[in-house]
Amino acid sequence: MTSLFVSSPYVAPANSLKRLMIQVIVALLPGTLTYAWYFGPGVLINIALACLFALMFEAAILKLRARPVMAHLGDYSAIVAAWLFALCLPMHSPWWLVLVGIGFTMIAGKHVYGGLGFNPFNPAMVGYVVLLISFPREMTTWYLPGSVSGDTLTLGESLAYSFGTADIQQWDALSSATPLDQVKTGVGQQIAISEIRLSPLFGQLAGKGWEWTSLAWFAGGLWLLVTRTIRWHIPVALLLGVMSMATLFYLADMESYASPLFHLLSGAVIIGAFFIATDPVTAATTDRGRIVYGLMIGCLIYVIRVWGGYPDGVAFAVLLANMCVPFIDYYTQPRVYGEQ
Amino acid sequence: MRDLHHFHGGMRLPGHKNESLVRDLQQASLPAQLLLPLKQHIGEYNKPLVDIGDRVRKGQVIAANPALICAPVHAPTSGTISAIAKFPVAHPSGQADTCIVIDVDGEDEAATAVLPDLQQLDAQQMVELISRAGIVGLGGAAFPTSAKLARGNMNGIDTLIINGVECEPYITCDDILMRTSAAEVLRGTGYLQRILQPRSTLIGIEDNKPEAIRAMTAALAQAGLAQTEIVAIPTIYPSGGEKQLIQILTGKEVPHGQLAFDIGLFCQNVGTCVAITRALEQDQPLISRVVTVSGDNIRQPGNWEVALGTPIRHLLELAGGYLHGTTAHLVMGGPMMGFSLASDQVPIVKASNNILVMREQTIPHSPGFHDECIRCSKCTEVCPASLLPQQLYWHARARAYDRTQEFHLFDCIECGCCSAVCPSGIPLVQYYRAAKSEIRAAQQAQVKSDRARLRFEFRERRLQLKKQQEEERRRLKRAALQQKTAKAGEDTASVADPVQAALERVKARKQALQEESS
Repeated sequence: MTSLFVSSPYVAPANSLKRLMIQVIVALLPGTLTYAWYFGPGVLINIALACLFALMFEAAILKLRARPVMAHLGDYSAIVAAWLFALCLPMHSPWWLVLVGIGFTMIAGKHVYGGLGFNPFNPAMVGYVVLLISFPREMTTWYLPGSVSGDTLTLGESLAYSFGTADIQQWDALSSATPLDQVKTGVGQQIAISEIRLSPLFGQLAGKGWEWTSLAWFAGGLWLLVTRTIRWHIPVALLLGVMSMATLFYLADMESYASPLFHLLSGAVIIGAFFIATDPVTAATTDRGRIVYGLMIGCLIYVIRVWGGYPDGVAFAVLLANMCVPFIDYYTQPRVYGEQ
Repeated sequence: MRDLHHFHGGMRLPGHKNESLVRDLQQASLPAQLLLPLKQHIGEYNKPLVDIGDRVRKGQVIAANPALICAPVHAPTSGTISAIAKFPVAHPSGQADTCIVIDVDGEDEAATAVLPDLQQLDAQQMVELISRAGIVGLGGAAFPTSAKLARGNMNGIDTLIINGVECEPYITCDDILMRTSAAEVLRGTGYLQRILQPRSTLIGIEDNKPEAIRAMTAALAQAGLAQTEIVAIPTIYPSGGEKQLIQILTGKEVPHGQLAFDIGLFCQNVGTCVAITRALEQDQPLISRVVTVSGDNIRQPGNWEVALGTPIRHLLELAGGYLHGTTAHLVMGGPMMGFSLASDQVPIVKASNNILVMREQTIPHSPGFHDECIRCSKCTEVCPASLLPQQLYWHARARAYDRTQEFHLFDCIECGCCSAVCPSGIPLVQYYRAAKSEIRAAQQAQVKSDRARLRFEFRERRLQLKKQQEEERRRLKRAALQQKTAKAGEDTASVADPVQAALERVKARKQALQEESS
């Protein structure tokens, strides 16, 4: 006879955390592969290392906190955070850099607050910002896409570099500033945008390699929208924020401010809009709140890029907006049924 | 075609309606014993009108209470009262309640019916007959229909809405009733129209019931009701909720803190319409109802016209028993809003529309572990009340009950959509139910302590007053005494010391005596 008391509804849940996370990972694949295609297998090594370290940290901390280890590892949230973190790193990074960053992501970004669901700040961005501030040299050593340098590191060479058995000087010729760096330094030296864009780093729309990678992130983002893994509010508002700021200043002075399309397709705007800002735990949760949140990040990205100290501003913009989420959510509650 | 409106959210759920519709409506046999709980409605408790050993006839009132919000209980068949005691009843708490037990004698001897002249009845007399028949809303809420009609009549009704939506999966009792008794549904609707005088009547039926819609449309053509329309509405759970149906059909929202008849609307379930028809036309009180038995662990799902008080066990036997194994998870009501039953001995009551018989393994068990809320807001998307279930959960879990009320906890209709879509598998509705009962308990405790405080303060004041009066009395007494002594003092002042005077008088008398004797 029925002895147990379970409360309705008595239907099996229609979604699962695991399925959502797998959708995100699937959506990351086209961008990740395009990124690796242009910039070499170092990207994939970063991701593999980050995922491995993340699972190790997650398991160890869960064990320390006396939480069910396998149940939480199985939700793949650590993998998603690690993957996004790894994509922020320069394409060839030493293993210890990944380890330190993931350590901060999992401990300071996630578990000190109580784990998944309780963290106010995007964990991947916490880890990335710690590295950016602590290891400026390693974090600003970017590499040219193969189509510019005519040479890409092989998997073996990348591995050798990651594990410190190869000297970085060996490939010094391959390292370079990113297009965003180039624009920032150029504008600082009063060089006109049209002149800066003559550099071989730039392609049809934005930076070579970067533009196609961004478009691949966009494709993955559309997949997330189609599968209703994310909703449209944050990405649309974020892109609108960046684009409207960029258009405004571009129209005012085309030689000092890069084009809206350049801002859109350079750096982390697209991946930020669809994959980073949409982290539901740290984003606003009401529909109207998400629009405010997205716009805020979009505007902040542009402000940091153009007037701030860093060439890209997605991570800082996201963390700043994270701080405002409780406030945004409180003041953007929807009208409840029957309320006047 | 009428313009339909939408309510926020909702879900498309697998219907599971066909399982119980493959068979026609069947008449359930009578069990050996019927258990009739004294209270089968929302409102006051009934008092038993019979004693152990009494013989009752079918349709005889066996428990009643003159209170307005109450519905009497009638004997569903003839027999002898064998007990009036506590038995497990169908209630989410699983608690026992007082039931009148009738040992069925099998003769089914009816009390004499008194057929009224229907044409002569005015609205009030009709409401009175409905009240005497013990009719309650058969959609599940079980609110006494006469009380609702009395209130509705006070307000003036613009639109009468007949609810044939039946949006929960598995349940088909209203569907089969509309197929088999469409004429009775519409005659009942006609009586409601006579009582309420609405300007128009809308009969809402979900479009997954084409046969019911056909039967009702054909019957409506015959019935000739004025300003009455059958409206097929899209199949989206919970469109059968009163507030949601109102929104779909009229685009209106019932304002916060008000009821449907406050804005000129009156909703009634199709089953209630049939009960009204039978009460008015045949003097038949509410002693049976249509019950669906369905689920993935019952051999022959179907619909039965069941005498109230029939133990569920009897009904399960009629449906061929369990399909797998010897146990099942029993739910009264649908899978979204029903509640688990602790025993198969509980009786069918007026509100029992469905008995869901599920395999234990198909019921998602609460393993004590669920993932945490990731604020994905899938719950917000489906919430028909436009609430923020994730925020409610956050505060309910933290027992920040004042915050849950800021986020409109009490506007939650417990439809279960949020729990059903939650990727973390959080039993959200369970958290809200717990929070609501905690808040209600706290409010009751508050009322109690307020009352105790008032009583204490009143006592303190009373004692204070008593003391003051006592003091006043003493003061007056003292004053009177002082006055008296002062007056006496005035009298005696002229004769100097009275003691001295008395002594002198004694002395004088002694002297006189001595002089006499010498």
